[in-house]
Amino acid sequence: MALSGIEIFKLLPKSNCKKCGHPTCLAFAMKLAQRQASLEACPDVSEETKRILGEASAPPVRPITIGAGSRAVKMGEETVLFRHEKKFVNPTVFAVQIKDTMSDEEINKIIEEVLDSEIDRIGQKLRIDAVCISNVSKDSNRFQQAVKIVLGKAPGVPLIISTTDTAAAEAALKAATDRKPLLYGANESNAEAMASLARTYNVALGVTADNLNTLTALTEKIKGLGIQDIVIDSGARSAKEILRDNTLIRRAAIKKNFKALGYPVITFAFRDNAKLEALIATLGVAKYSSIIVLSSIEKWKNLALFTLRQNIYTDPQVPMQVEQKIYRIGEPTAESPLMVTTNFSLTYFIVSGEIENSKVAARLAVMDCEGLSVLTAWAAGKFTAAKIAQFIQESGIEDELKNRELIIPGYVAILSGALEEKLPGWKIVVGPREANGLPAFLKTRAA
Amino acid sequence: MAFTEPKETYTGKVFQVSAGTDNGIVFGGENVLPFHSFEGSVPNRPVIAYEIQDVPPHDWPETVKAEYSGASNNAAAWAKYCQDKFKAKALTLRLIGTHPDGEDRTTEEAAKTVREVLSAINIPLIILGSNHAEKDSAVLVAAAEAAKDSNCVIGKAQEKNYKTIAAAAMANNHKLIAMSELDINLSKQLNILITQMGFDKERLITDPMCSALGYGLEYTYSVMERIRLAALTQNDAVMQPPMVGDVGMYVWKVKETQALEKDIPQWGILKDRGIIWEAVTAVCMLVAGSEILIMRHPEAIKAVEQFIDEMI
Repeated sequence: MALSGIEIFKLLPKSNCKKCGHPTCLAFAMKLAQRQASLEACPDVSEETKRILGEASAPPVRPITIGAGSRAVKMGEETVLFRHEKKFVNPTVFAVQIKDTMSDEEINKIIEEVLDSEIDRIGQKLRIDAVCISNVSKDSNRFQQAVKIVLGKAPGVPLIISTTDTAAAEAALKAATDRKPLLYGANESNAEAMASLARTYNVALGVTADNLNTLTALTEKIKGLGIQDIVIDSGARSAKEILRDNTLIRRAAIKKNFKALGYPVITFAFRDNAKLEALIATLGVAKYSSIIVLSSIEKWKNLALFTLRQNIYTDPQVPMQVEQKIYRIGEPTAESPLMVTTNFSLTYFIVSGEIENSKVAARLAVMDCEGLSVLTAWAAGKFTAAKIAQFIQESGIEDELKNRELIIPGYVAILSGALEEKLPGWKIVVGPREANGLPAFLKTRAA
Repeated sequence: MAFTEPKETYTGKVFQVSAGTDNGIVFGGENVLPFHSFEGSVPNRPVIAYEIQDVPPHDWPETVKAEYSGASNNAAAWAKYCQDKFKAKALTLRLIGTHPDGEDRTTEEAAKTVREVLSAINIPLIILGSNHAEKDSAVLVAAAEAAKDSNCVIGKAQEKNYKTIAAAAMANNHKLIAMSELDINLSKQLNILITQMGFDKERLITDPMCSALGYGLEYTYSVMERIRLAALTQNDAVMQPPMVGDVGMYVWKVKETQALEKDIPQWGILKDRGIIWEAVTAVCMLVAGSEILIMRHPEAIKAVEQFIDEMI
């Protein structure tokens, strides 16, 4: 919970020395409360004050990064319970499990799937982010071997080293030095040894318990052992438990500033049925899991989960936008119709979807209107005759067309006269008001 | 520092609504956020209604059509097939054939289909128009009369046509779906207008408009969460009807449920992709606040039922 300016003021030297650049300690405290100043500006502040303010200003869910280099993934830093309040910050990490009881061939196959998982959607590259290697064999040599296979074949992919056996953990960490893996497996019986390994190898530590009370005691103990970077698992496995524990953890962290649970959550979604597993992962993405470990990563499942994560982690205040350009739908010829709309991603998706449904090949000119829908963009003066005319002219599309004819959305029929003036030689046609009228409209024209 | 579970108690509660007669369904009634049985009462399981329509599903993708081949040429046969083969707990009849741009079926034909479907099944029926505001206000009045006293759910009443549809639902003892487009204020306003006609708010179902995964899902998701929070934390009675997620119609027209694997290999197997697209969309609606879903693919429905089993 953030401190108020007055609460901060009480902790300052109250000397009004102005060394921080502010006229009084109170003024400085107010700036600190608004996060417009840094405590470091005060040369006389006590260590105790630094500690208290440092804790109070820390984000309610601690940021943790696993992996190194360009594929490293960051988790935590969440500030709200509901996405309409504020953007969810760091998207859920998807990991796939590799058991060290699998043959080398099977392991290689999964790594290939991970490396091949990248999909581009609305300009974002989405993929399976990490690999979770599980020490099912209970053999530390085999575990180290499996880690080495993954490291060799997938350099750069963040790792989760999953074992409760400290010898196996150390063998794996030795192989993965400098890769900043997550060591998952501190529990009530091995906490000291695991904490010591996490410290020695400088990695984040996953902590597992079978309920929120024991989890709390355990994270406090581990923090006391000098480990700051923690990822938590309450032991929730059924959908009902995942929703309950994840909700209570997020609430405790954000509404109560309860530090012992202010860490990213790891969820194991394993199910024999791949579809049910995808639905458990869906719950995790919507409700506060920071890492979701899957047992299989079929392409169809990845596409659905990546898209979901993108949807849930979209900034609710900034509309999703698509790139301004002329999109070709089907295989348009010189005689195919040309339509214009705005670059709000929903508008684009719905309009292009309906054009596809019509089975009529066409060109869709999508104009940058800062992500506003047609009516809103028109009302805001971003979708005007002059701007549309400029966009169409600069696109050079007229060279591709036999007839200079532009179809505009029915909602902006009012623009047709002005557009004909601004686009000499063009015929402006008013299309349907709603996208769902497009199939009938296009089919009638084509007939 | 000991951990105290930060549980919430809410002042409001979602209305409990029933549909059907002997084999009826009951949904809503919870006084907490969706599936939060750890801090309150969640008396009823969400219901999934299989979607059928008055004309053969020519525009549905093969993946879905194949599940109903042989039955879907006739609405009554199709309805019975869902009830007998898939053990559907409820059914949705969409009178899409009445749309003026489609077959433009008459109100009499629509009423006849409703009667035939009702006599073929003993599970509750949701009756939807073609989403043509003007035509729906005639079609749904005829449908509501044809289904008199069967305790159906009639929809969708929208800003442009709610008066006639709400009056018909009221006169014939049905429940009513009120739909507005992805805006909590519009949704609230429509519910107020309908209740001002004398329609009992405890017989209403709110449809904030569904959207498919990847195609605006997050808008529906957040509008539903906000409506549910208003119902519970502010005890806003106008926002307390249960919510419907009309999932199938939005899902089975997007590219991801249609594109062939050979055209986009990176997207994986088409059949599984379509099913998961519908199921993931449905689960998001449930988690955001829907108590009743309208869906198309039997395997997607089965997966979501398995998910619900785990949640309750």
